[in-house]
Amino acid sequence: MNKEAWDISIESLNGGYGSHLVLRDFSAVMPAGTITTILGESGCGKTTLLRLLLGLNRPQSGRILFGGRDVCAMSDRQFHKLRRRFGVLFQDGALLSSLTLAENVALPLVEHTRLPRKVLRDAALRTLELVGLDKFADFYPGELSGGMRKRAGLARAIVTEPPVLFCDEPTSGLDPITAAQMDQLLLDMKACYPHMTTVVVTHDLGSVEHIAEHVLVLKEGRSAFSGSKEELYAADDPYLRRFLDRKYEESRRMAAPPLDSSVREALSEWLDD
Amino acid sequence: MKEICAPAIALLHRLGDMACFLADGFRQTFRTRRLAGKVLRQVYVIGANSMFVILLIGLFTGLVLGLQAFYAMSMFGAQGMLGSLLALTLIREMAPVLTAVMITARAGSAMTAEIGVMRISDQIDALEVMDIHPIGYLVTPRLLASLITFPLLTSIFTVIGIFGGYLSSCVLLTLNEGRYFSGIESSVTMDDIQGCFLKAAVFAVIVILVCCYQGYNAHLRKDGKGAEAVGNATTSAVVMSCVLILVADYVLTSFLL
Ligand SMILES: Nc1ncnc2c1ncn2[C@@H]1O[C@H](COP(=O)(O)OP(=O)(O)OP(=O)(O)O)[C@@H](O)[C@H]1O
Ligand SMILES: [Mg+2]
Repeated sequence: MNKEAWDISIESLNGGYGSHLVLRDFSAVMPAGTITTILGESGCGKTTLLRLLLGLNRPQSGRILFGGRDVCAMSDRQFHKLRRRFGVLFQDGALLSSLTLAENVALPLVEHTRLPRKVLRDAALRTLELVGLDKFADFYPGELSGGMRKRAGLARAIVTEPPVLFCDEPTSGLDPITAAQMDQLLLDMKACYPHMTTVVVTHDLGSVEHIAEHVLVLKEGRSAFSGSKEELYAADDPYLRRFLDRKYEESRRMAAPPLDSSVREALSEWLDD
Repeated sequence: MKEICAPAIALLHRLGDMACFLADGFRQTFRTRRLAGKVLRQVYVIGANSMFVILLIGLFTGLVLGLQAFYAMSMFGAQGMLGSLLALTLIREMAPVLTAVMITARAGSAMTAEIGVMRISDQIDALEVMDIHPIGYLVTPRLLASLITFPLLTSIFTVIGIFGGYLSSCVLLTLNEGRYFSGIESSVTMDDIQGCFLKAAVFAVIVILVCCYQGYNAHLRKDGKGAEAVGNATTSAVVMSCVLILVADYVLTSFLL
């Protein structure tokens, strides 16, 4: 485990998919050794931001710095070496479907070390136990529920004890008890590795309350807020208030049923058939 | 002018991309950990799983060739040549080409679909962020396994085809079995067999390159997204492999003869 603390700073980043810009002039700082949560509406570009940080999408302009080092100025090789220090949980787990859970979790160790099989399997089982899946070690990802896949993805992300951990919605699709356990796991990881920088994308205000030390809020690809949890709760920006109070937008309410009368008639014909 | 050049440039770009993909596939041989196990698994997937089809196709190809050649040769009273005709046809053309086409249909399409699904479900991205080279992990083992299995399956095809020819011309029809086998022995040379293996190896590279490349780039397709893209990638992988096998066969044959 690396003892360096890595902060992440993003400077006027523009990026997205090809010519489709998702993030526009986005700047933010994720302090070293803290848990940063990223909040934002569905589709506002949180996953895209993670993909840009991970080098899976190329930014059109702007700078990304890990521990003061600009990744855009690095060669591919240097960046790949840097990325070894990252653990990543993808939004839908992204487990390899042809491997069992234990094999999936052990994969980074299998591919990068010469340890004997037995040691690798034990490491995988212990990590799976942390996320409560040790009984499912020999199941394939296709045989599991969405929440279980996500937990297994988290196990794979932390098996290398990375100094930087990215989690895309670790608690969505989980029941309150398991979600609380995942949050606690992140906090425990933090307690074991005080230098670890954790970036958690989430919609779950409960887990923001529980784990966040630093909060970023995205709105339509721009930064809408950056600061501590307390500052967020004290903010009086109407958008943030709506977000925190789980308030809907008046203009998006359903004023009348969306179906046309002709569609409804056609449907009732089918229903009465 | 620009409109005329654009497709040509796009094609050139793609060919270059494929060449880089292939070069990467071979280069990763020296960088991939625990490669032997992965290659062995692929030998099983590509080789053992295609064995039955190859046996079946080989047998019937031999049977039909034997039958046709017997009647054609009878017209000239040259039945003694049947063995050599059949063996040379099989070794030089039929076995390498049909084996490659059958493996494309059996294992190549599955390969494209598997890699394509991995691509659209972020699994390849996950490999990348774990610093596992996706080409080294997915393509290199298949490439090496195919270089083992294609020649082996081609030889099996040839042997079973010659046996099929024997069945139809000597057992079912009236050809003397000594004449059949001595015809084979006297006409087949080492060069034919080397050429056969060379063809099998070249076809192996073509099939794996095309099938893996199509799956790997399924997310970039213009003719569909998601599951549809994987389906289209599989179709074009099979079609493109088959066409390229026949083109390469012509080119190789013209050099070997
Ligand atoms: N592969 C893709 N190609 C093109 N555009 C994409 C792609 N993936 C996402 N987008 C676009 O990028 C925008 C942001 O998507 P993103 O996945 O980052 O949202 P998100 O904030 O993670 O949402 P959620 O909370 O629902 O996961 C969306 O408008 C979407 O249309
Ligand atoms: Mg997302």
